[in-house]
Amino acid sequence: MKLETRDLTRVHEGRAIVDHVNLAVATGEVVMIVGPSGAGKSSLLRLLNRLDEPTAGTAFLDGVDYRRIPPRELRRRVGMIMQTAHLFPGSVADNVRFGPRQRGRDLSEVEIERLLSRVGLSGFGDRMVDRLSGGEAQRVAIARALANDPEVLLLDEPTSALDDSAKAAVEDLLSEIIREESLTCVWVTHDTAQAKRMADRVLVMQNGRLQMTS
Amino acid sequence: MLNQFFQDPIQLATAQAAVAIALALGMMFIAAWAGIHLEKEILIALLRGLVQVVAVGAVLLFIFQGPELLGFVILAGMMALAAKTAEKRAEGLPDAFRVALFGIALGGGSVILLMTWAGVIDPKLTSLIPIGSMIIANSMNAASLALDRFQGEIRSHVGHIETALALGADPKTAVQPYARAAVRASLIPRIDSLRTLGIVWIPGVMTGMLLAGNQPVHAALYQFVIMAMILAVSGLASLISALLMAGAIFTPAEQLKINIRV
Repeated sequence: MKLETRDLTRVHEGRAIVDHVNLAVATGEVVMIVGPSGAGKSSLLRLLNRLDEPTAGTAFLDGVDYRRIPPRELRRRVGMIMQTAHLFPGSVADNVRFGPRQRGRDLSEVEIERLLSRVGLSGFGDRMVDRLSGGEAQRVAIARALANDPEVLLLDEPTSALDDSAKAAVEDLLSEIIREESLTCVWVTHDTAQAKRMADRVLVMQNGRLQMTS
Repeated sequence: MLNQFFQDPIQLATAQAAVAIALALGMMFIAAWAGIHLEKEILIALLRGLVQVVAVGAVLLFIFQGPELLGFVILAGMMALAAKTAEKRAEGLPDAFRVALFGIALGGGSVILLMTWAGVIDPKLTSLIPIGSMIIANSMNAASLALDRFQGEIRSHVGHIETALALGADPKTAVQPYARAAVRASLIPRIDSLRTLGIVWIPGVMTGMLLAGNQPVHAALYQFVIMAMILAVSGLASLISALLMAGAIFTPAEQLKINIRV
């Protein structure tokens, strides 16, 4: 799915934290956004699945103004993986089931196992989330997001809270999934080396503005 | 001893108040002797307490002669004041006055009407106002506790709530565990006081009825009725407040409002 923004802006307490951002991401393209902390990278992502409301401008999914799509439907189609997994209390399977259940669909054990093996956690379904390592928790968060069959994936520094070995493994996993599923991705990172490794295109954000492309 | 000197009930009560004041002043002097100087605070508190409670007594004397409808008008005024107090406790939450008012008015109001209809509360002003105000005060406490706890839960679980939203959950589902925790927390003191009723303490209504010469079992049963009513009204007020607040903290586009998040 093609994702576009037109003059997307968010003003908070008199300051434009996202300032007239025009971005076009083609279907299956991975756009990495780098920039210093406070540049507005995470704020831009929050606008793209409408966790925050734009002060001006809008975004389009396959040409449709996203304000015309009901928020829950929009967020199902535009999945998000955050820096912290924020797993819900309970089992790994409970977490994977969460998204589809919101639409009244109950995933079967087989479907859950398929998603878990996709993220390298085969057999983890009954495991309680408080017994997972940081890397495992983030994998569960990825499986939970994939369970919704998203067309766009927003990634907000998904590996920055992990140690080096878990970081490399989760990065490889995401890379593989994104390519296989042809997911349209906007990935925010402060790690320029990671951006170069993963991106089709790298954009730099500073003071709420997208500065340059490479 | 005092009743040997004073036959008139007002004079007797005044003399009793004087003895109580002397007792408090005695405590104040002992405290001062021990180096704890609270003279100013104690004198002001005693004076304020005396003036306020006598003023309420005088107002009630006037009100009790009025029509029964006046009781409901007064209770409605109390509900508004209670909502204003609960709003202060819920500072930082959007729409707190409206939410607390609905919680208190629907919870307290329905219990007062139902119990008056069932004949548990006498519609006479002398019983409607004191018992009604007790119900309203308890619904205010429950709504305040629930909103305060709800706010704490929300602020410490912003990440989980927004994750649920990002996965396509509706706002009510996203905050449901925290609303439930808030209602549960607000009910625990009520359940505990009902559980220890009569063992750890003999509460006000029963004490008053015993002092007025009522039969102990009758006084005890009526106290139980009051406590059960308080539990019911607390549950209703906190549940309604938490449910309404669960809706009020989201925008129409199902986003957590900025003042909650930051």
